[in-house]
Amino acid sequence: MTEADPFVPLPYRVGRVRRETRDITTLELAPVTGVRPDYRPGQFNMLYAFGIGEVAISVSGDPAVPGGYVHTVRDVGAVSGAIAKLKAGAMLGLRGPYGTPWPVEAAEGNDVVFVAGGLGLAPLRPAIYRVLARRERYGRVVLLYGTRSPPDILFRQELERWRRRLDVEVLVTVDRADAEWRGNVGVVPKLIARAGFDPNGAVAMVCGPEVMMRFTANALHASGLALDHIYLSMERNMKCAIGLCGHCQFGPDFVCKDGPVMRYDRIADILTVREI
Amino acid sequence: MAGGEPPIGTQAMLSLDGLRALIEALAERGYQVLGPTVRDGAIVYDEVAKLADLPSGWTDQQDAGRYRLERRTDNALFGYAVGPQSWRRFLHPPIERMWRAHRTEDGFAIDATAVEAEPSKFAFLGVRACEIHAIAIQDKVLVEGPYVDTGYQRRRRDNFLVAVNCGQAGGTCFCASMNTGPKVDAGFDLALTELLDESDHRFLIEVGSVAGAEVLSALRHHAASPEDIAAADAVVARTAGSMGRVLDTKGLKELLQSNPTHPRWDDVAARCLSCANCTMVCPTCFCTTVEDHSDLTGQTAERVRRWDSCFTADFSWIHGGSVRPETKSRYRQWITHKLASWIDQFGTSGCVGCGRCVTWCPVGIDITVEAAAIRATPATSTETDHGRT
Repeated sequence: MTEADPFVPLPYRVGRVRRETRDITTLELAPVTGVRPDYRPGQFNMLYAFGIGEVAISVSGDPAVPGGYVHTVRDVGAVSGAIAKLKAGAMLGLRGPYGTPWPVEAAEGNDVVFVAGGLGLAPLRPAIYRVLARRERYGRVVLLYGTRSPPDILFRQELERWRRRLDVEVLVTVDRADAEWRGNVGVVPKLIARAGFDPNGAVAMVCGPEVMMRFTANALHASGLALDHIYLSMERNMKCAIGLCGHCQFGPDFVCKDGPVMRYDRIADILTVREI
Repeated sequence: MAGGEPPIGTQAMLSLDGLRALIEALAERGYQVLGPTVRDGAIVYDEVAKLADLPSGWTDQQDAGRYRLERRTDNALFGYAVGPQSWRRFLHPPIERMWRAHRTEDGFAIDATAVEAEPSKFAFLGVRACEIHAIAIQDKVLVEGPYVDTGYQRRRRDNFLVAVNCGQAGGTCFCASMNTGPKVDAGFDLALTELLDESDHRFLIEVGSVAGAEVLSALRHHAASPEDIAAADAVVARTAGSMGRVLDTKGLKELLQSNPTHPRWDDVAARCLSCANCTMVCPTCFCTTVEDHSDLTGQTAERVRRWDSCFTADFSWIHGGSVRPETKSRYRQWITHKLASWIDQFGTSGCVGCGRCVTWCPVGIDITVEAAAIRATPATSTETDHGRT
């Protein structure tokens, strides 16, 4: 076996663990030896829980911060559940980073619209960090976030911090309010019409459940954004993450290497085909 | 006997004894010699040590959902088409351990070198033209992309291919439609054409590589006459003219990719059992899954890779369910990938026209018939479900 065998995970150690919501956990991971490779916002890693399995998880941390990776995991199955339950000091395996990035550099000079649904905020967060770190290079910056209910709001403190800034517009909505909620209620595409951005040249980065992305992309296009200025982060079953296992095929593309971040004009047709 | 090694392209004549010597010469060079043999009522690929291991005097009758061995009136050794297995079971094995891991004081350690020692130096005897193309397609998928399947690459590096030009087409063959046969044109070390009449049983042998030249130089052979070469050409021409199936590939990629909602998908789904046989017998299907195991004590773990199929519910499973719960979308995925999106991905069709998926489908679904049905009535409207929630 060569050192670069892409099938063999490298050991990483869990640092700080943060319980975000009822079922979402953020873990800081540091390589046991060496340094973590550079990654770009939007990329993902394959995380391995010893003896249980491996799952594709997007990086959710700040790419400018050296050291390790930050991943945000929702406990929805055997592997993600095992990873979400790891404590500080535990070891896991990691392969990556893989996949296509968000177009943060290409968007410079334009307005940027981030649209996130639920856990979709996590893969977008590295791009948000990157844009805010170079805020002067962009026009208006808008973040639209929708989630199921107020307790499900992810990265709440950060959302509040970003919202206090005078150079970022943050709109949050929930599907179902509770007694304390005084904010927006409804689906996230409905926020698009209220957001202040210039559709002429604006770049949108969208991540969430597929149905949410489909409606969001339609609404963005209806508001004047060009199809080729809208980017979605797709999700499919992944086993190898390097284009060899066939699982993540989405039409002619492999989501692992041709995605996950895909330009809407290239996938708009097949995105509307059932069970593609 | 030749003095030095014959140059690539040399055509010579080999007797039946010469073929026996070829098997021995390959074994002497450290190859595990694998070739056709009769087992369980089918011609399968397995170890061959002597001529008697080959399917002498057997042929196969193939049709949609049907395969039968029958006796021939002669003693041809390669007088049949292809059986259920392809060579990929050796190059890209159905089950392969990727690595083992064990717990340590502060976590675990992965031992990537703990894969079993395997005899990786394979000589394949009797590789058909369609199968050589199938191997070349898997090379493209597994070795020639940005990431390399190192196990496959290792097994291919030392692989010796003795091809056979087909002496007869099977009932489900359509290599002539796919431009993948029946004549072997490249990618082999040695290629045989079996010539058989009342008085003689011999082979025209062609050198395709330096390694092939070295092996041939160790065998008793004599120069091929123009009559020998003409006889071999006639064998291939006869086969090319007797294909059991035809697939019209003109515009096929665009046809399939523009018809994802064609009513034919419902029609085929009513017959398809979603059993995955077609993907198991296909020589180019490369999909795999991985399984992670641990022992009862939880001290050791391993990752095993297995062949997988786009016909299973698990294949497209993501949180919330299968992306393709319905049989019609799985069949559409398979045939559209094989005949259309494969071209986008790898610059070649994923089908070599070997006919295995037709023969081994338990209900006789025929890829050539399904493609023709889509072509016969392409959808006039591209009905999609915009706005589906």
